[in-house]
Amino acid sequence: MPEESKKKILKPLKNFPLEEHIASGHRACQGCAEVLAVRHVLKAIGPEMVLAMATGCMEIISSPYPLTSWNVPWIHVAFENAAAVGSGVEAGLKALRRKGRVPDKEVTVVAMGGDGGTSDIGFQALSGMFERGHKMIYVCVDNEAYMNTGIQRSSSTPFGASTTTSPAGKMSPSGQNTSKKDMPGIAAAHNIPYVATACPSYYSDLMKKVAKAKEADGPAYLHILSVCPTGWRIPPEKAIEYGQLAVDTGIFPLYEVDHGVWKMSRKPKQLKPVADYLKGQGRYRHLDETLIAVIQKGVDEKWERLLKMTEMTGPATSEQPAQEE
Amino acid sequence: MEEIVSKPIDEITWREIEPGGVITEAGNARSYHTGSWRSLRPHYLEEKCIRCWRCYIMCPDAAISPDFTNNRMVWNYDYCKGCGICAYECPVDAIEVREEGE
Repeated sequence: MPEESKKKILKPLKNFPLEEHIASGHRACQGCAEVLAVRHVLKAIGPEMVLAMATGCMEIISSPYPLTSWNVPWIHVAFENAAAVGSGVEAGLKALRRKGRVPDKEVTVVAMGGDGGTSDIGFQALSGMFERGHKMIYVCVDNEAYMNTGIQRSSSTPFGASTTTSPAGKMSPSGQNTSKKDMPGIAAAHNIPYVATACPSYYSDLMKKVAKAKEADGPAYLHILSVCPTGWRIPPEKAIEYGQLAVDTGIFPLYEVDHGVWKMSRKPKQLKPVADYLKGQGRYRHLDETLIAVIQKGVDEKWERLLKMTEMTGPATSEQPAQEE
Repeated sequence: MEEIVSKPIDEITWREIEPGGVITEAGNARSYHTGSWRSLRPHYLEEKCIRCWRCYIMCPDAAISPDFTNNRMVWNYDYCKGCGICAYECPVDAIEVREEGE
């Protein structure tokens, strides 16, 4: 085929550096989209960074002593204080730069935590970081439960998911019976310069958002859905597909809040039914028609509210978000 | 890539541990080969490949790298865990997953 022969030359990628900041040899499960998300985030930020990381999957898999996967300065801290340590690093670097003790160059400070380290245990440290206005990025890699200790529910676990501490059964037909905490909404309520949701399945969107967060004039919060094949009980090769489905069904909408202006990053013409996303996942296997309808209703309401937010806060002549990838 | 100088955990004595458990060599996890976990092995079909980079972008283990001189992608089987994302995500089925040892 003529058009095929044109495409068959391997050309360097634009906007996707070849340099790896998280080395191979990490112990992530097969098909882990969380480490993929971290890989994309680090590529978008570049080597000039300091990373403070809360306990969680990413810490466990990347740094079993005496090995480390990190090619960037990295500090592991307790579950609750990644944001606080990041704040300290940022303030410390500022002071040292002023005194001329470190070279005067821009170093991005990043704090990273899982959904447990962000929405449960590290919540107050994170809120403090937003309130004090440190110029840094907080990245939450959300796999919707405490996966590294064996799939216990967190406040980020969505309604209907079965975990080891919210098992589905006769007494609790839905498994997890509360809905997911709206962390990006809470972050946006702090009136910080930049909040965004992203998913590594849409990597170019994710990397653009990281670049924006890096340029923000204060704290930035990124909430990244990272599919966990082990905890969600899906085959490892489908990790990317389920990320796409989460976005396209409206379960995990991609949007950004830039200085109070809400903007959809991906607006499908027609949302897919949530059943497409729920079926095939072992953690939702117990759901019946009524419960799926409840989830669908919740997703539709949330989607409507989001659209209203974008209309309400956005400029009158807002540009149309891209329909394609 | 540079040689890893860190010793494996069973050869380290307590006297050699840095204060605070600091690891002084960046990225030394490269010395741990996760390829031994693999039960399924991706096979690259060069003639079908359209060089779209999707496998490289979506590999969680960064086990796929470009080879510009030979105009192909290269799998590093020292690290590939055999998750099958590359084969599943390939738009033209240029990667085939087969049982290890087949």
